[in-house]
Amino acid sequence: MVICKSPAELEKMHRAGLLVWGALQKMRAMVRPGLATKELDEFAETYSAGQLARPAFKGYRGYPGSVCVSVNKEVVHGIPSPDRRLADGDIVSLDFGVEIEGYFADAALTVPVGKVSPEREKLLRVTRESLDRAIEKVQPGNRLGDVSWAVQEWVERHGFSVVREFVGHGIGTKMHEEPQVPNYGAAGQGMRLQEGLVLAIEPMVNAGKPAVRVLEDDWTAVTADGSDSAHFEHTIAVTKDGPWILTRPRETTGPCW
Amino acid sequence: MAKRPEQEKKKPGEGSGKEDAIEVMATVIEPLPNAMFRVQLENKHQVLAHISGKMRKNFIRILAGDKVAVELSPYDLTRGRIVYRYK
Repeated sequence: MVICKSPAELEKMHRAGLLVWGALQKMRAMVRPGLATKELDEFAETYSAGQLARPAFKGYRGYPGSVCVSVNKEVVHGIPSPDRRLADGDIVSLDFGVEIEGYFADAALTVPVGKVSPEREKLLRVTRESLDRAIEKVQPGNRLGDVSWAVQEWVERHGFSVVREFVGHGIGTKMHEEPQVPNYGAAGQGMRLQEGLVLAIEPMVNAGKPAVRVLEDDWTAVTADGSDSAHFEHTIAVTKDGPWILTRPRETTGPCW
Repeated sequence: MAKRPEQEKKKPGEGSGKEDAIEVMATVIEPLPNAMFRVQLENKHQVLAHISGKMRKNFIRILAGDKVAVELSPYDLTRGRIVYRYK
């Protein structure tokens, strides 16, 4: 059942979204060679507690952390660890979500650690741009497939591949709601986007082949062929004037991250 | 946090049809071609029944006069499936 949110509910979700955005900005600034991924997790918890919000991932289906920190070939759901340290040249994805007053927000970005290779820079840029293009398609009356196709088309045009094993999702009073938002699909198909619909669109892009496998910790997903993977995400509401990115300040313009 | 896609359930009503079957005891009256049998239920009704795949697989024979368990469909009470042969 797809739930459309009222303007008042969207405001609450925007509050949650701003929190996520603020936290991710700070985490992005923290990223440096030698940083242990657990430190990002601890920061996120402290930050959320200070804002009277609850980190949404902790305990969700048994996930042990408050953020997902995924390095290089890790696609998503990397578990923060005190022994895992970032190295110069790595790319790291930070995925964070909170719940405030019953409403959720979820966002993510992938950032370079120190100086990274041109190929990795290209992967990050293209993935971020694919999210921009997906967001452009979030208009009332468009279909879900338009969004999915926007991502797939941009990604594949640049020689990268779209992960099939994970998808974006609706979000609201639960972290994962209907509909599922795959990053691949045919334009003109799928459900029509209506006002009040809130989607977490999260392109996951591999430099090599799209296949993904999950490690023995039951959570961390890595590319099957060992290639790098990038991930960007925003929580976006459909309004009559187009997309509203709930996970950033309203006045912001320009690329989504 | 990304979500694993779930396949949409193809047959939400899969339960009815299997669980609604009525199981009765019957006696085999005569064998017909194609592993079909005319059986007589305890209430004297006669019903066309076929042998179940499980019995076929395990090479269980049925002869006239055998007591068997028959599953009747709630949608058509004149047809059934022979699911068990009693000793």
